[in-house]
Amino acid sequence: MAHSYTPGLKVLHETKVKKDRILPLKGEVVVKLNDQVTPDDIVARTHLPGNVQMMNVGNLLNIDPTDVEAVMLKPIGSKYAKGEIIAETKGFFGLFKSNVVAPIDCTCESVSAITGQVVLRDAPIPVEVDAYMRGTVAEVVPEEGVVIEADAVFIQGIFGIGGESRGELVVLAESREDELTADMIKPEHAGKVLVGGSFLSLNAYKKALEMKVAGIVVGGFNYYDLEEILGYTLGVAITGSEDLVTSLILTEGYGEIRMGSRTFDLLKLHHGKFTSINGATQIRAGVIRPEIVIPLNKEDLKGDAQAVKINEGIQAGSLVRVIRAPYFGRIGTVVSLPSALHKMESETMVRVAEIKIDDEVMTIPRANLEMVEID
Amino acid sequence: MAGKELKTILATDCGSTTTKAILIELTDQGYRLKTRGEAPTTVEAPFEDVTKGVLNAIMEVEELSGLTILDGDQIIHPMRDEKTGVDVYVSTSSAGGGLQMMVAGVVKAMTGESAERAALGAGSIVMDVLASNDGRLPHQKIERIRQLRPDMILLSGGIDGGTVSHVVELAEVLAAANPKPRLGQNYKLPVIYAGNTKAQKNIKETLGEITDLDLIENIRPVLEVENLGPARDKIHDLFMEHVMAQAPGYKKLMSWTDAPIMPTPGAVGSLIEMVAKQENISVVGVDIGGATTDIFSVFQGHFNRTVSANLGMSYSVCNVLAEATLENVLRWVPIDIDEGELTNRIGNKMIRPTTVPQSLEELIIEQAIAREALRLSFIQHKSFAVSLKGVQSQRTISDAFDQSGSGETLVDMMELDLLVGSGGVLSHAPRREQAMRMLIDAFVPEGITQLAVDSIFMMPQLGVMANIEHDDMAESARKAAVEVFEKDCLIRLGTCIAPAGKPKPGAVMLTAEFDLPGEGKKTFELKTGEIIVIPAPYEPIKAVLTPAKNMTMGKGRGEALVTEVYGGTVGLILDGRGRPFELSTERAQRIQNLNKWSKATNEYPDSELLGGA
Repeated sequence: MAHSYTPGLKVLHETKVKKDRILPLKGEVVVKLNDQVTPDDIVARTHLPGNVQMMNVGNLLNIDPTDVEAVMLKPIGSKYAKGEIIAETKGFFGLFKSNVVAPIDCTCESVSAITGQVVLRDAPIPVEVDAYMRGTVAEVVPEEGVVIEADAVFIQGIFGIGGESRGELVVLAESREDELTADMIKPEHAGKVLVGGSFLSLNAYKKALEMKVAGIVVGGFNYYDLEEILGYTLGVAITGSEDLVTSLILTEGYGEIRMGSRTFDLLKLHHGKFTSINGATQIRAGVIRPEIVIPLNKEDLKGDAQAVKINEGIQAGSLVRVIRAPYFGRIGTVVSLPSALHKMESETMVRVAEIKIDDEVMTIPRANLEMVEID
Repeated sequence: MAGKELKTILATDCGSTTTKAILIELTDQGYRLKTRGEAPTTVEAPFEDVTKGVLNAIMEVEELSGLTILDGDQIIHPMRDEKTGVDVYVSTSSAGGGLQMMVAGVVKAMTGESAERAALGAGSIVMDVLASNDGRLPHQKIERIRQLRPDMILLSGGIDGGTVSHVVELAEVLAAANPKPRLGQNYKLPVIYAGNTKAQKNIKETLGEITDLDLIENIRPVLEVENLGPARDKIHDLFMEHVMAQAPGYKKLMSWTDAPIMPTPGAVGSLIEMVAKQENISVVGVDIGGATTDIFSVFQGHFNRTVSANLGMSYSVCNVLAEATLENVLRWVPIDIDEGELTNRIGNKMIRPTTVPQSLEELIIEQAIAREALRLSFIQHKSFAVSLKGVQSQRTISDAFDQSGSGETLVDMMELDLLVGSGGVLSHAPRREQAMRMLIDAFVPEGITQLAVDSIFMMPQLGVMANIEHDDMAESARKAAVEVFEKDCLIRLGTCIAPAGKPKPGAVMLTAEFDLPGEGKKTFELKTGEIIVIPAPYEPIKAVLTPAKNMTMGKGRGEALVTEVYGGTVGLILDGRGRPFELSTERAQRIQNLNKWSKATNEYPDSELLGGA
């Protein structure tokens, strides 16, 4: 049977989710294998070397670089408190001395006899990594971090902003077609993850920020409104490091697009459950999509988690979503995958699929289809 | 010594998404492209082995050519018999984000710029240029280095025998940052020092322990001379030894190839440089991809390359919108579109980068964006491809009236002979006329300029072939690269003939007489604001081009030019829109002009959308 490789987003009602929780530098892992963890538990910590300040002591004291080491008051490697004198000239019979003081609490790392530079390093910066989601420590990578594993609902969005967040899942929209409006967001939603339907306006997002909502999952949002939130025009889809109280995940794309029924129904089913989300998106080689993870309790497990068949591609009967105009956002079933190239209205010669959408069969480039990957 | 005559050459290019293989054979008509194959690149999970994609692409070549090239997981080379194996296998790579470098120089506009030119010329992406005078405080520079985690650093500064302290200060900043490379935690960051030779000892003391330091010739031994060759070669060596060796599967791939793997843009650049040198012409080459746009140029024998890292047609399409503004994109669109909806559509292309335009409207918008991406990239290129700054030259009295000095752009559109475009939006445009129009509208060539597109983006593979250094293969491989480039790689679109100057409205700005094959002499009068397309094949065509009094074809105002021009799949395009070319700011006039030019060049199908049937 003809089939075609098509990218797809995962919408899985039960799967094993594994998350690497790794330190940026080597450090200490503070949990053990098979420990049960909650999202806020610290699993590993380390210290990043402090920031560096360079002072040209030679210039500041008006002496030759080769003489700098001689006027330093302590040897290299010594600590200085902020305001403490680090170097001092002998002056003229003990008079007219000049000196340089430490601008920060620091350690002297090196002194250059060529440039007269003294390198001072700040105190180390502590870094901690938390568990992100409720689960079990499935693997310990010594000195680096852990892998947390959980049986969970796993849904990928198409685009997001803001990093990791978590909170109780609250489905506010009645249906997947409904817009999530500002008046639906209330003070009691602080720290929760809200689910809307087709659209979220800039005003509604601002209200969410004000109410300190932990995250929002919605079908669409206007691309041009991102600028006001981010403070710059988003040129490439690389996000996740924004400092936002409310992470935002779009399941469909930009504009008003109703949320996929499978996604909406699954979120509705888990209304009230504790959820971890991450808006970080990177659309480059090594794509990262935003995600929604809802860890399941033992009693919720149906035991029918399936290994997802990746890259199997679409074939007749596959459920697909159109991801480019003129039928953007429509969902249909593949009727056939003709092998011959087909000339589109744009005269582009492409491989196509025939898709049945609302009882009508349409011819659409395969490249403009996305598999709705369900379990 | 005459080397061995190569019969078959296999070359691959491992891109970040697709691995492309080409097979070249020696035929009665010289070297020709026999067939090609492609497969998804397999650097990322779940495969994490680049050779899998390479083998898949080669398997496609095997099927199409009937040759047996693979023996299990091995490429059979040299050839065993007529049907088994190939003589040579070579490859380029830009997978895993290509080569990402930081460069440093004492003065930003002098050694900093030379270092940047060397790194770009070698095919890398320059993430940042550090300089003693870049206005940043040492701790800001240190933070930047740590944050960027480059694959390699090129440090330069000072002329030979000049001051030592500034360049050592830069080395101290590097040492304090103690950067870790992006790939592989267990090796030291490669640093190339190409500055004042007098400072080498101090640089070694400062960086020798904590980095993998290489000391090479100064990139700017005296102010008047730029010596980029050794730095470029060293970058290529280190790219192989360090960066590529860390990427999954590359050690294996390196053991297969008969010549070092080159970074893709480095290979393209060296091919363009070679063609310009061989034919003694000025060339501009452009590759517009999903994320970046690369521009290469050779003017007055000087090669330059720039990468506009965030101007592309999919991953960074929204950045084109941000940098060019929506207004500038829309000025190329002859239809009414809701602006809010349009930005959402472009945003959706960014987050779903692999889609293709199905409707004519989508195609027109995509090509409008491409014009702006190309235009902006070329502006960046022109400001970078300049003569050496800081050089004092002797001036005569006549020069005193000439404002040109050091740091002037080398790009002269009147001098440009050949403009080559590649990348999906140009190579896969449904009509070749569209590619030609995009190139003309974005680059605005003056005088006589031949245009071509690289049909299947073969330039990387041909570039690496031209760089094979084995004594017994070099000559034959270079010959193959040039012949295939001429015969199979380029699709000759034709020639753009555009008089420069501000023409009078409605007046005849150019009278052109051509001796067309099979038709004889024909004369055309080009009026202001018109475009005329004359179908003509890729053959030398005698031409007499007489511009109006206030216009020039490069010889002087009103001076006739007797020359030879070449047609192509589109033909000869007489562009009467004047230079500098400006679109009307009046909406109705602009749309009328766009439709008129579109019709004249047979750019789009006749459609209701464009006011047609």
